[in-house]
Amino acid sequence: MKLALGPLLYYWPRQKTLDFYAEAMNWPVDCVYLGEMVCGRRHELRTDDWLRLAQEFSAAGKNVVFSSQALLESAGDLANLRKLAGTDWPLEANDLGAVKIARERKKPFIAGPHLNVYNGATLDWLAEQGAVRWIPPLEMSRSGLAAVLEEKTGAIETELFAHGRLPLAFSARCFTARHYNLTKDSCEFRCLADSDGLVVRTREGQDFLRINGIQTQSAACHSLWPYWHELGIAQYLRISPQGEHTAKIVRAFADRIAGRSPQEDFASWNPEGIVNGYWQAKPGIESTALSVNEI
Amino acid sequence: METTAQVMKAGNEQETERAQRLAAMRSSGKEAPQRPELLCPAGNLAALKVAIDNGADAVYVGFKNPTNARNFAGLNFTNEQISAGIRYAQSRGRQVHIAINTFAQAGRVSEWRASIDKAAEMGADAVLLADMGLLSYAAARHPALKLHLSVQGSATNFEAINFAYEMFGIKRAVLPRVLTLAQIEQVIQNTSVEIETFGFGSLCVMVEGRCILSSYATGQSPNTHGVCSPAAFVRWEPQNGRMNARLNGIMIDHFEEGERAGYPTLCKGRFNAQGEDYYALEEPTSLNVLAILPELVRMGVRSIKIEGRQRGPAYVGEVTRILRAAIDAAMKADYTVKPMWSEVLDKMSEGQQHTLGAYSRPWK
Repeated sequence: MKLALGPLLYYWPRQKTLDFYAEAMNWPVDCVYLGEMVCGRRHELRTDDWLRLAQEFSAAGKNVVFSSQALLESAGDLANLRKLAGTDWPLEANDLGAVKIARERKKPFIAGPHLNVYNGATLDWLAEQGAVRWIPPLEMSRSGLAAVLEEKTGAIETELFAHGRLPLAFSARCFTARHYNLTKDSCEFRCLADSDGLVVRTREGQDFLRINGIQTQSAACHSLWPYWHELGIAQYLRISPQGEHTAKIVRAFADRIAGRSPQEDFASWNPEGIVNGYWQAKPGIESTALSVNEI
Repeated sequence: METTAQVMKAGNEQETERAQRLAAMRSSGKEAPQRPELLCPAGNLAALKVAIDNGADAVYVGFKNPTNARNFAGLNFTNEQISAGIRYAQSRGRQVHIAINTFAQAGRVSEWRASIDKAAEMGADAVLLADMGLLSYAAARHPALKLHLSVQGSATNFEAINFAYEMFGIKRAVLPRVLTLAQIEQVIQNTSVEIETFGFGSLCVMVEGRCILSSYATGQSPNTHGVCSPAAFVRWEPQNGRMNARLNGIMIDHFEEGERAGYPTLCKGRFNAQGEDYYALEEPTSLNVLAILPELVRMGVRSIKIEGRQRGPAYVGEVTRILRAAIDAAMKADYTVKPMWSEVLDKMSEGQQHTLGAYSRPWK
C-alpha cells in the first residue's frame, strides 16, 4: 500500500503553495499529483513553476503525475493540456479529451475519478487506451468497487480517494464569484481568500457543501480511515490537500501502513467532521462509523 | 446579490440586440444554413404522439428501467410501447432516439447491453449512450446503429468528441449546458460530428455526468440510478406557518406563507454562506434559447433538444408547438421572438423565469 498526495483543489497564494510543496518533498508519499485541475483562470503558479516543482519532487524520489482539468471548455484549457502532455510526466486524465491526448502520445495515464468508470468493461477499455491506474468514482461503494475489480480482465492499479473534502460537482459557473456578486471573467480571484473553500450551510445551520470556484465540494471530510481493514483492495490511497494539517494526516496514514501505531487526532485536523457513507453504499454525507477510533 | 429581475432585464436587452444583429448579418445572405432538427422528450406514448403531432422531427424516450437518466416511477416505455412509438414516428417520417445514458453498474452490465440490443432490434433511429464501455459494445455489436454521445458523457470539448468518433463512430454529441456560444462554435468548427444543444427546459447548472450532489444527500445519482434529488426522499414539512422542503432530511429551502414553493432540487435551494441566505448555486429557472436561435442555426447546430421526459403530454405538446414555430421562423431573416411564445414558455418554466444559462457569458 502506497500513499499519493492528490492535486491541490483550492487556490492558494503563490507563497503558501510553494511552502506547502516544499514541505511535502519530505513527506512519506510515493506519488504527487501536480497542476491546476479546477479552474483555468488560476495562475499563481504558471506551467513552468509546476514543471520546476515536478523536477524537484522527482529528485526527492517521488513519482510525479500532472492532473488534467475536469472541465476542459476553452481553447486555452486545451492548449495547457497539450503543453503538459508534451512533457515527460504522466497525466491524470479527468476528461475524455485528456484520454485522447495521452493516447495519441502513447503516454501511460491515470484514469481520474471524474471519468465515470462503474464496470469492468469500461475499465478494460480505458486500460486498452493506456490507463495504468484508476481512481474509482467518489460515490462508489466498497462492494461496487469489488464488483468492478472482479469483472475487469486487464491489469490496472487502483487508487482510492481516502481522505479529503469530496469534489462533488463541476460547473461552468464560478460559485465563489457569484457569492461576491462578481462574474467569472472578473472574479478578482476571490477564491484566494479561502484556503479551504467557502462552507455552505442549510437554512437551519447544518454544514452541507463547500464552494471552491467552479467546484462544489462536501463541507465534511470524507475519510476511509475507519475502514482500514478493507482498504487492501487498492494499491494507493489518495490524501487530498487541505489548508492546514495535511502533513499530520499523511504521517498518520503512513504510520498505519508501516504498522506503527499512529498518533491521530482527526477531531482537530478535520473539525468539519468525517463522513464516509459512500463506502457503505449509503448517502455520502452519512458517517457510518460513530468515531474514527471505533473500528 | 443582484436581483433576478435585474439579471433578466439585462439579459433580455442583450438577447434582443443579439437577435437583431444576427438577422441583419444573415440578410446579407452569406450562406444558407440547414434547419436544425427539433428533438422532443416523451415519458410515455401519449407524449410521444403529441410531440410528433405538434411538429417534432424526432422524439427521445427511455426504457422502464435504470438504464436511462429519467428513471422515475410511472414514467418511460415498455418494449411494446417503444415499438408502437417507433411505428407512429417513422410512418410519419420522424425519428425515435432511445436514451440508455446511465452508467452500467458492475455485475449488472447485461441489463444495459440488453437494452442496447433491444433498441437495435426495434429499429430505433439512434441510441444515446454515455458509458465508454457501452459505446464500445454497441459499436462492435451493432455497426448499423447510430450512436449519439449523451450529455451525461460530459464531452465539453472537440478533443473528447473527436475521440468518441474515432473510437466508436458516434454520429452526434449532445453538449453539456456549460459552454458559451463562442465555445460551441469552436467545437462545431473542429469536428465532423453533429452537435445537439439544449433549447428549452430545466437547467442543469453542473456539468452533466460530473455531478454527484444527489448521491451525497440521498445515495442515488444520475450516474448510478438515473435520478437527481429523487422524489422518494422529498419531505414537505409545515412548521409555524412556514413550509420546509427537505431532501433525505437535509433542508434544501423553506418557504414563507404566500411564497411559491419549488421542488427541492438540490442545486436550486437557498443556502447560507457567510451569513447570507441566497440561491448559492442557481435559482429555480429554465433554459430558453428563443433569443439566440438564429445564432445556433448559423453556427450549424444540428439539433435543438427540449428537456423534460418527466413532463406530461400537455407540456410537451405546447413546448413543441412553440419551438417548431420558432425554429421555422429562425430560418428567415426577419426573425423576432414573439412575445406570446415567451409568455407561454415562461408559464411552464421552473420558477416562472428563464435564462440563457452558459450560452451567455455573464451567467458564468
